[in-house]
Amino acid sequence: MSPARLALATWSRARRRVGRILHSSIFRLALLHVLLVCASAAILLGFIYWSTAGYMDRQTDATIAAEVRGLAEQYRRRGLAGLRTLIEERIRRDPSGANVYLLVDARRQWILGNLDRWPVDTPDESGWVRFRLRERGPDDAGEDHAARARVFRLRGGLRLLVGRDIRELEATRTLIERALYWGVAMTAALALLGGWLMSAGVVRRLEAINHTSREIMAGDLARRIPLGGSDDDFDQLARNLNLMLERIEGLMAGVRQVSDNIAHDLRTPLTRLRTRLELLAAALDEPETARALAETAIADADELLATFNALLRIARIESGGRRAAFAPVALAALLEDLCELYEPVAAERGQRLTLEIAAPVTLAGDRDLLFQALANLVDNAIKYGPSAGAIVITLDRRDGAPCISVADDGPGIPEALREAVFSRFFRADDSRSTPGSGLGLSLVQAVAELHRARVVLEDNRPGLCARLCFAAAV
Amino acid sequence: MRILLIEDDAQMADYLRKALGEIGALVDHADDGREGLLQAAGGDYDALIVDRMLPGLDGLAIVRTLRAADDHTPALILSALGEVDDRVEGLRAGGDDYLTKPFAFSELHARLEALLRRGGGEAPETRLRVGDLEMDLLAREVTRGGRAIALQPREFRLLEYLLRHAGQVVTRTMLLEHVWDYHFDPQTNVIDVHVSRLRAKIDKDFPTPLLHTVRGAGYMIRAA
Repeated sequence: MSPARLALATWSRARRRVGRILHSSIFRLALLHVLLVCASAAILLGFIYWSTAGYMDRQTDATIAAEVRGLAEQYRRRGLAGLRTLIEERIRRDPSGANVYLLVDARRQWILGNLDRWPVDTPDESGWVRFRLRERGPDDAGEDHAARARVFRLRGGLRLLVGRDIRELEATRTLIERALYWGVAMTAALALLGGWLMSAGVVRRLEAINHTSREIMAGDLARRIPLGGSDDDFDQLARNLNLMLERIEGLMAGVRQVSDNIAHDLRTPLTRLRTRLELLAAALDEPETARALAETAIADADELLATFNALLRIARIESGGRRAAFAPVALAALLEDLCELYEPVAAERGQRLTLEIAAPVTLAGDRDLLFQALANLVDNAIKYGPSAGAIVITLDRRDGAPCISVADDGPGIPEALREAVFSRFFRADDSRSTPGSGLGLSLVQAVAELHRARVVLEDNRPGLCARLCFAAAV
Repeated sequence: MRILLIEDDAQMADYLRKALGEIGALVDHADDGREGLLQAAGGDYDALIVDRMLPGLDGLAIVRTLRAADDHTPALILSALGEVDDRVEGLRAGGDDYLTKPFAFSELHARLEALLRRGGGEAPETRLRVGDLEMDLLAREVTRGGRAIALQPREFRLLEYLLRHAGQVVTRTMLLEHVWDYHFDPQTNVIDVHVSRLRAKIDKDFPTPLLHTVRGAGYMIRAA
């Protein structure tokens, strides 16, 4: 790449980066923060200015007032002559001319004082006046500065002005003002810089998360968001997102496994169905055989449909949407119906089906689904229990939590398989000689989860005890 | 028997028209919701078979509109959704029965028969009779040939449902729904055992059986 194009690429990358920072919400927040900081700095400095300048003003006024008091005293005691002597003496003693005196007659003609002209400004109600003073002295350049004075009328139309040069006061005031401007400007600059740096940092970390998300969306599910290592809130966010990604990946793997299983487990009945249809096509000349084959083929298809329906059902239950339709279910009555429904089937195999209700329980749930789940458990007990065995259904409370158990005295399930039996299409006997889809316990599990209950399989010594334990808060 | 079929799936509609024709029904077909509603409101049908998901206007809205216009033609709703809460919604909208796809035609047929019978609107009966079997609904007694037969409460309800649909096929699912009042899918044929127990009580000592098994469909009670 030529240097020019490289520079161009760098420039456009930098521009994009700056644009990202400028458009980030954190930078807007930082800007707002800058405004707030500047406003508070201005208010603070303004207050300092106001109180300092005010203090100096009051100080000047106090000095003038003291001066006036002295002159008034002299005037009362010794009249105009005494006043003139005192003013002259004071002027002599203060050659720098910080104090200003002027005595004029009724026509405003100069009589005495270190001011050559009566100021043009009209005094306010209490006799205060503010005017510009022209510097006299060696350099007659004529520098202007401010003065403040008080004006009195004396007997015989005479007027007296007593004041003070406030040049230093003005200088200090200007100094403070300048400090104020600079202070606010520097605060603003620092805050802006800080805001920029902060935004850049945040934008960089967010960009890392966005970058990873894009890669994951592009299909690389194994990607994880890098951690900064400081365990700050960004790290916590990244950690949570990573955990979520792991869960998603796990679920995806689960889905893949289920669809693999479905493909595998449906291939057998589909092949069987196909074989029967082939035989049917070959046996069309023999109506009796053909009819029998068609009937078994229909039965095969029904079985497949039942399996699909069961799968769909489990999926719908797992999506959890049915909680909205929960209503109070009296478990004792439900179990009585269940026993009544299954008792003849059990009796046919010589099994005894008994119901023990230790505590009546009513909980919020889906009556049909609970019935279905418990029917699956009882069905399993009847199917796998020995003939002439005993099946006991119990409803009680354990530590306040309602619990339903279905216990048989059959072969049970080996400890090692107790997790696996809940997965879809699991069959304990590999020969698959007993009828069933291998979805019964998956459905029980899904219904239990919908009701925030746990399914526990225990050793009944001998046999299996399947327990449905609800949350205690029901 | 005139039936209006509102179904947008051409293959399903074809199949149902053929099958319904075979049982002697005259079938009109509409393939979108609006068209179906117009036909249903205009024609004099004995029953409607309405698919739930339709272009134009969905099945529940059609039934709801008809009911609001005081049209009480029995309606059977077909749906691929097939969950209990959907079913409740369907029945609440004014549907008379609800069937989930895929279904066996025998199931549809049995339910259709039940609907048509229900549409008769007869006075409440106190006695049901098939052949020499009699059920007194007030005294809750059953006799056959004058001999009293003792039945468990559930057996009584089972027989009552069969008698109310005498001469019609009643499927196992219909029995579960109406006699046990649970919508669920038993993995084994629990119903068969109950029916054979009932059969033992009402048919065993008599020369002519009344309770028949209809292969691939369900059960039917009828006199000879």
